Amino acid sequence: MAQILSAAPGKPASLGVRSLPLLLLKLRAYLALAVLVVLFSSIAPSFLSARNLVIVAEQVAVFAILGIGMTFVILAAGIDLSVGAIAGLVAMVAGSLIAEGLRLPWLGVSAFGSIPLICVATLALGTLVGAVNGWFITRLKVTPFIMTLGMLYMARGAASLVSNGATYGNLAGNPELNNTGFLWLGTARVLSVPVSIWLMILLTLVAVYISRKTVFGRQVFAIGGNERAAELSGVRVSRVKIGTYAISGFCAALAGLIIASRLGAANPAIATSYELNAIAVVVLGGASLFGGVGTIGGTLIGAFVLGVLSNGMVLVGISDFWQTVITGAVIILAVVVDQLQRRVEKSSAERQAKAQEALPGQQA
Amino acid sequence: MSRVANSSAASPPTLAMHARRITKVYQGTTALKGVDFNVVHGQVNVLIGENGAGKSTLMKVLAGIEQPTSGQLFRGEEQLHLSNPRQAMALGIGIVHQELNLCPNLSVAENLFVGKELRNRWGMVRHAEQRRRARATLARMGQAVDVDALVQDLSIGTRQIIEIAKVLVSDVQVLILDEPTSSLSDAEVKVLFSLIGDLKRQGVSIIYISHRLEELIEIGDTFTVLRDGHLVGTGVKGSVTIAWLVERMIGSSLAAQLREGAATPAGPPVLEVRDLTVANERGGLLLDKLSFSVGRGEVVAFYGLMGAGRTELFETLIGLRKAIGGHIALTGVALPLRQTIAERIQAGIALVPEDRQKLGLVTGASVRDNLLLANLKRYARGHGLAPRPMEADVARMIEQLHIKTSNAGVAISSLSGGNQQKVVVGKNLLTEPHILLLDEPTRGIDIKARRELFEVLDGLAKAGLTILYASSDLTEILGGADRVLVMCQGRITANLPREQLSEASLVAWSQVTRQEVSARGGTTLAQQEPL
Repeated sequence: MAQILSAAPGKPASLGVRSLPLLLLKLRAYLALAVLVVLFSSIAPSFLSARNLVIVAEQVAVFAILGIGMTFVILAAGIDLSVGAIAGLVAMVAGSLIAEGLRLPWLGVSAFGSIPLICVATLALGTLVGAVNGWFITRLKVTPFIMTLGMLYMARGAASLVSNGATYGNLAGNPELNNTGFLWLGTARVLSVPVSIWLMILLTLVAVYISRKTVFGRQVFAIGGNERAAELSGVRVSRVKIGTYAISGFCAALAGLIIASRLGAANPAIATSYELNAIAVVVLGGASLFGGVGTIGGTLIGAFVLGVLSNGMVLVGISDFWQTVITGAVIILAVVVDQLQRRVEKSSAERQAKAQEALPGQQA
Repeated sequence: MSRVANSSAASPPTLAMHARRITKVYQGTTALKGVDFNVVHGQVNVLIGENGAGKSTLMKVLAGIEQPTSGQLFRGEEQLHLSNPRQAMALGIGIVHQELNLCPNLSVAENLFVGKELRNRWGMVRHAEQRRRARATLARMGQAVDVDALVQDLSIGTRQIIEIAKVLVSDVQVLILDEPTSSLSDAEVKVLFSLIGDLKRQGVSIIYISHRLEELIEIGDTFTVLRDGHLVGTGVKGSVTIAWLVERMIGSSLAAQLREGAATPAGPPVLEVRDLTVANERGGLLLDKLSFSVGRGEVVAFYGLMGAGRTELFETLIGLRKAIGGHIALTGVALPLRQTIAERIQAGIALVPEDRQKLGLVTGASVRDNLLLANLKRYARGHGLAPRPMEADVARMIEQLHIKTSNAGVAISSLSGGNQQKVVVGKNLLTEPHILLLDEPTRGIDIKARRELFEVLDGLAKAGLTILYASSDLTEILGGADRVLVMCQGRITANLPREQLSEASLVAWSQVTRQEVSARGGTTLAQQEPL
């Protein structure tokens, strides 16, 4: 009995790769990154300077943090269009709490919190907005696209309402109010590496751990792979999905704080259209928008591809307009290549079937 | 209505659980009508009935997936209220679903523990322990499956094994197996049966659903037959025969023919298929060198068990699946294998798919819009769609197919299942096909509507349309076709003209054992020339 089935699972490589083209397709994100680095450094030698690399890494950090949150949502076959707006809202709320404090109208005074308190409160706000997305999507069956599109508008509008459209120009804080230190997040360095990059590394490690080792993480993959099977197996699908949107909201909030801190200012347009960057980063990292396929590591590579691409194009002297066109083309290319990979896999399976047919009596 | 074949048991058997007067109403149809069901402790409780008889619905009620409209579930004296599968699982009720319910992107070990992951005190998944237990469970089942393999890389048969293992990794008291053998090889079935024997000895109660009658007689201890949502018979091992089961399953409706067979022999061949071979995504063969031909005005039925390849054959003919080898000729003209669906429709093939709601209809639209959907190009003029020919065609179809609707503008969802199906047929007729393919045309349709549909098909065949339909419903096969092609494992195993039809021959031909088929033409059965 055992022998009958033993033929099927004995696949050779852990990657499950049957041919060289397929291997190249699977490693496409790494290849793309390598090609870009070689290309840009040969045209513009300043690309590889330590100063420029830090600039690239800081840009990458924001993309990666947004992308990591988005990865959880996409793994569970959802989408979150509201992350840029949540980042903007959180930046504005943080800015208002630092510059104006929390107005307590019935007392006629404003309360100023310490920076750690403000950070925790605004991160919680982002998480809450994400959870609201998830709640409407799972309990009221609003499709993820519509729900998060609506939330994009609402959060962006709310960001302007915080200050009536004005910019908070100075987030350095006031020593008398004991609320200085916000700029540390975006400008300080620890062991000569910017704090935002440390945060990206930390978040990556935590996200890898969650996605691989925790029950929640594995259930996210199960839902993305076959939602009905997961449900019938007793997975609390709604709860897990709400969790993915909450994580995405948290990551968006973190990105918003980093951007505001780096700028030293908060305005309602912060992180506009960053949701598209986040999705692009996840897709470039090899995740499937149908869910169930993708890794945190892939998203990180995707963030580097996008960051290197936009920085490199500036150094090489490509015009702004062309940069936008090229970025769009690269994203489409990533999806086309993804489809190509599926087709190659399918045709190699068909070839196998034909080969099996040629061998009489070998059917399992 | 309920008849007891034999009540020889002197003392009443211990029940693991039982259901009383279960009724389940879905939108528009009643799947179960006051059904009682006993699960005898430590025995194999067989549940049998034709497609749509309500077996799967009853099992979903027992497993907490569906909630009954009325009726109660009991375990001993205690009444159960199962509002989700988790609660049933906690009570030790496990179900192996008919359709595969695995996550293809996860490993075997992970699939076994989805929803019941082993966790340590920090909420981490204990991967090593899961893999160890997965290996132990599979070893107990006599299977050497790599627990780290991704499910998407496994054959369908192996996936079915995984599906069963998924229930067995936790302690089950009641194990529901819904068509567990539909994609297993003979050797795998033997392993499953010996496993069932082991479980019985351990005091596990098993509910077993299958279409394979011989298998049921072999394994079953008690038998319950459902027909159209009613309980129509119960029996115990020893007193139950295949003939008894078939009679109960089909009932009196067997006598009533759905249509007269064609008096005149079929016209010249319209469709010729030779050596058609289709592979699935994983490299297995769905259709294995299939050959047949059908004449003008002929009504041919394809009979077979689940997974025999009937749906796949129709999907290949309409161009949804691409064949990797063979020839298809329509009215003497060879069709390229890589043709698209649009080209096949253009060539004169039309398909009424199995899943009417999902694939056949635009459920939000009107009867008129659904009828015209496949054919809009024909009404396109320079200034838009021409209303007059559209109305004429809609009226003609409603008239010709006896579609019961107050007017063509009403929503399709307000029609009965039978009339909805007629709309799907009408939509396809407007493309003026040579061949009409119908996949399970009367699924979820009552007897009366079924007869009406076949009257319509009969009229179309007399007018020269060639009709091919697939069904696993014996009544429909026996009463509706001029000729039956029996399929098994992607091959045609018998070609039976109307005179030679009997339920016994159909059942026998559809159950050609896998070993004989897979021996690649080594037996008389597999070598029999279909035409």
